[in-house]
Amino acid sequence: MATAKSHIPQKRGDVVFSGLVKASGIAILVTLGAVATFLIVESLPALDPAAQIGSAPDGFWSYVAPLVFGTLLAAILALAFATPLAIGIGLFISHYAPRRIASTLGYVIDLLAAIPSVVYGLWGIQVLAPAVQPVYQWLNENLGWLPLFVGPVSGTGRTILTVSFVLAIMILPIMSALAREIFLQTPKLNEEAALALGATRWEMIRLSVLPFARSGLLSSAMLGLGRALGETMAVAMVLSPAAVITFALITPTNPSTIASTIALDFPEAAGLDVNALIAAGLVLFIITMAVNVTARGIITRSARKGAF
Amino acid sequence: MQRPTVRLNRWFLPLLAAASFGISSIVVTIPMASAPGDFNFVGAAALGVVIYAILSFLITLIAQGPRVAQDRMMTTLVLVAFGIAVIPLVSLISTVVTLGLARFDGEFFGSSMRNVVGEGGGALHAIIGTLEITALAALISIPVGLLTAIYLVEYGRGRLARSVTALVDVMTGIPSIVAGLFAFSVFALFLGPGIRMGFAGAVALSVLMTPVVVRSSEEMLRIVPMELREASYALGVPKWLTVLKVVLPTAVAGLVTGIMISIARVIGETAPLLIVAGFTQSMNYNPFSERMMTLPVFVYYSYASQGADTQSYIDRAWAGALTLIVIVMVLNLGARIISRIARPHTSR
Amino acid sequence: MAKRIELKNVNVFYGDFRAVDDVTLDIEPRTVTAFIGPSGCGKSTLLRTLNRMHEVIPGAFVEGKVMMDGRNLYGADVDPVEVRRQVGMVFQRPNPFPTMSIRDNVLAGYKLNNSRVSKGDADSVVEKSLKHANLWKEVKDRLDKPGGGLSGGQQQRLCIARAIAVEPEVLLMDEPTSALDPISTLAIEDLVSELKKDYTIVIVTHNMQQAGRISDKTAFFNIAGTGEPGKLIEFDETATIFSNPNEKMTEDYISGRFG
Repeated sequence: MATAKSHIPQKRGDVVFSGLVKASGIAILVTLGAVATFLIVESLPALDPAAQIGSAPDGFWSYVAPLVFGTLLAAILALAFATPLAIGIGLFISHYAPRRIASTLGYVIDLLAAIPSVVYGLWGIQVLAPAVQPVYQWLNENLGWLPLFVGPVSGTGRTILTVSFVLAIMILPIMSALAREIFLQTPKLNEEAALALGATRWEMIRLSVLPFARSGLLSSAMLGLGRALGETMAVAMVLSPAAVITFALITPTNPSTIASTIALDFPEAAGLDVNALIAAGLVLFIITMAVNVTARGIITRSARKGAF
Repeated sequence: MQRPTVRLNRWFLPLLAAASFGISSIVVTIPMASAPGDFNFVGAAALGVVIYAILSFLITLIAQGPRVAQDRMMTTLVLVAFGIAVIPLVSLISTVVTLGLARFDGEFFGSSMRNVVGEGGGALHAIIGTLEITALAALISIPVGLLTAIYLVEYGRGRLARSVTALVDVMTGIPSIVAGLFAFSVFALFLGPGIRMGFAGAVALSVLMTPVVVRSSEEMLRIVPMELREASYALGVPKWLTVLKVVLPTAVAGLVTGIMISIARVIGETAPLLIVAGFTQSMNYNPFSERMMTLPVFVYYSYASQGADTQSYIDRAWAGALTLIVIVMVLNLGARIISRIARPHTSR
Repeated sequence: MAKRIELKNVNVFYGDFRAVDDVTLDIEPRTVTAFIGPSGCGKSTLLRTLNRMHEVIPGAFVEGKVMMDGRNLYGADVDPVEVRRQVGMVFQRPNPFPTMSIRDNVLAGYKLNNSRVSKGDADSVVEKSLKHANLWKEVKDRLDKPGGGLSGGQQQRLCIARAIAVEPEVLLMDEPTSALDPISTLAIEDLVSELKKDYTIVIVTHNMQQAGRISDKTAFFNIAGTGEPGKLIEFDETATIFSNPNEKMTEDYISGRFG
């Protein structure tokens, strides 16, 4: 049995070529391993409790805690703004807009996903921040009793709320592109069955499109979250940062994010400060990886469910 | 079964919308009598939408029953969501274009920032830097990514292939700043801390670009029909020649499209370059030594460290942003055109 | 050219699954042999073992011997790529290379293998093969056009021209007409009768009339049920199989009582 199976003589070209492509695959493994290793090695000096870090006199963990908080706060707020809008856009393109317009819109959205983040940052600070500042004023005057909107109101509009608006706008294209694709994958038969039973368009969507799309939407939200967590330049440009943990969204003292802190401080850093920043980067890497792995888990689990 | 009692005229909704916006404009204008100011367009539009949503819901509810009313409400909501999302994106594009055009001139594309403190100056050094660094990144990522995709589609079986697939996914999620830190750590280890050079930036970008190339190429290779491979094998063609001469040519349009989109993805990256390529005001043609300016970093620095003549720095930032967007759009459109031209060939 | 093929105790597997069980039969040179039987009986699988195409599928392998003029195709020193150069194959769905012209499709066996062919030789191979495949008259003025632009029947004849251009010893055809209209089918059947003069031809078909019209010998395969291996039930002169089969099962199938 084994004789016929294994002994297939191969030509040299085949051996060389298959070796080459396999080596490339292994190169990917090695690269990722190197990323992890180098980050860990360069982080270790900062993780030493006895380390005297200039930018973190109380030790690394009290240095990174407000950054983790700020990163999560900005990203989660952004996700909260972007998700309903992305679902709305996805539905609009897949089920409401005329087909002609729909395909053009889909293409425009793909283009917007490619706009560099530094452009979003420039727009956020020059256009959006001044535009929303009066709204913050109004929110503080009328809803100031909520801890979210306590004063003093930022005079520039460069707050964590503005940052999360910019992040929401940045992740909208990719999330709505995914949502549109998921909605378009709904089996046409289910939709037609619902319509044939006399359902209105919304009932059809509620009964046959949304249940089908739930896990896909969840994973697209996770991917959007992953992007928002790692986004650097827009935050670095828009936010006026401080090392605080607070839920006040419209004041001049805002928690910063890991990525933007690295971008702002790294060019000037020296000595152990560099290690502290790299360690913070490692923390960010672990957070985004956890989010992405969760997203993948959702996709594979629902794919498996779909198969049976 | 509930039957609609009244059919609404097809002009009803447009008229209702017009009426709603009319009412809201009047409401917004009233306070202006006491405190004159500019007409508040945003307020009027928002109020108009709310009035329209409530009126259309109520009228439909009375005329056609709750199910139709709910349907109409959701249609309004979907349209509103779309509108809310479109406004910032339109604002972004129009701002970049209008403000960017101020300095979108010959001097901008013909000179660097060396010895420039006020007006004038340009981004030539940054454009050269971006092109060189992106080209180097592509030089690393395209072969590795394409060969890995070939491995996964044509050869990969078992545990190695599964772990490569999984790790490509992980790699797709690496934040760009972390890629920058990685490149810094590698180069700092060998060349000492404080190292800045264009090539390190290219390494960082290739960490971001390779997984994108793998994913898109993999997808394109998988849609090449098995029948074509079999036809080639049946002619006594070995596997490697089948891959090189049948599979790759059949998928070439899709592969090029994917690669162009992956280039567009990394050409606007700022954060890793800020860390490892640094910034400078002068030309530097050599990516293997000294700091190298890039277009995204140029945009950031023009804004972040404004000199005495603020306006000319901001103008240069917007012109740089416009240039970036034009480059990205050209790459995307080019990819689109290639895939459209080549389509009749690949599908039967 | 044409060669004799002898199958000795051939078992074909997909991983753990035995698809074909213990087949022994002899195929004479310069004849047309038809494999018939219900879907899933292993006839296409068996056909693909004759040019070692079966093992392209991961996990698939073959036990037993396939002798071609006395040489075992599954011997330890035999290169499957070499086998496929001697045994041409035509598939169920026409599959010309979409990136190549008609001319390059005919020459694919040479071009893909990096063999150097002079322009004159190439021209004569193209003309000869296309004439042999009864396609020359229809395409001689558009040899540089893509092969995908032809009709289904023309594409299939192009695939036959491509297979015979490398002058194989044996030609395998896996339901070559099942995707074609009746007129193209007839053209292909005429072609098979022509090609018989030079080649040993094995054809898998679902169409029993077709087997009756074009084959000299017919092998009937059947399965006991899903998940069971396919077995050779009867192998004989086509006339005998269709008029006076030995096995009850063959008779039932031929007369349309099942399958």
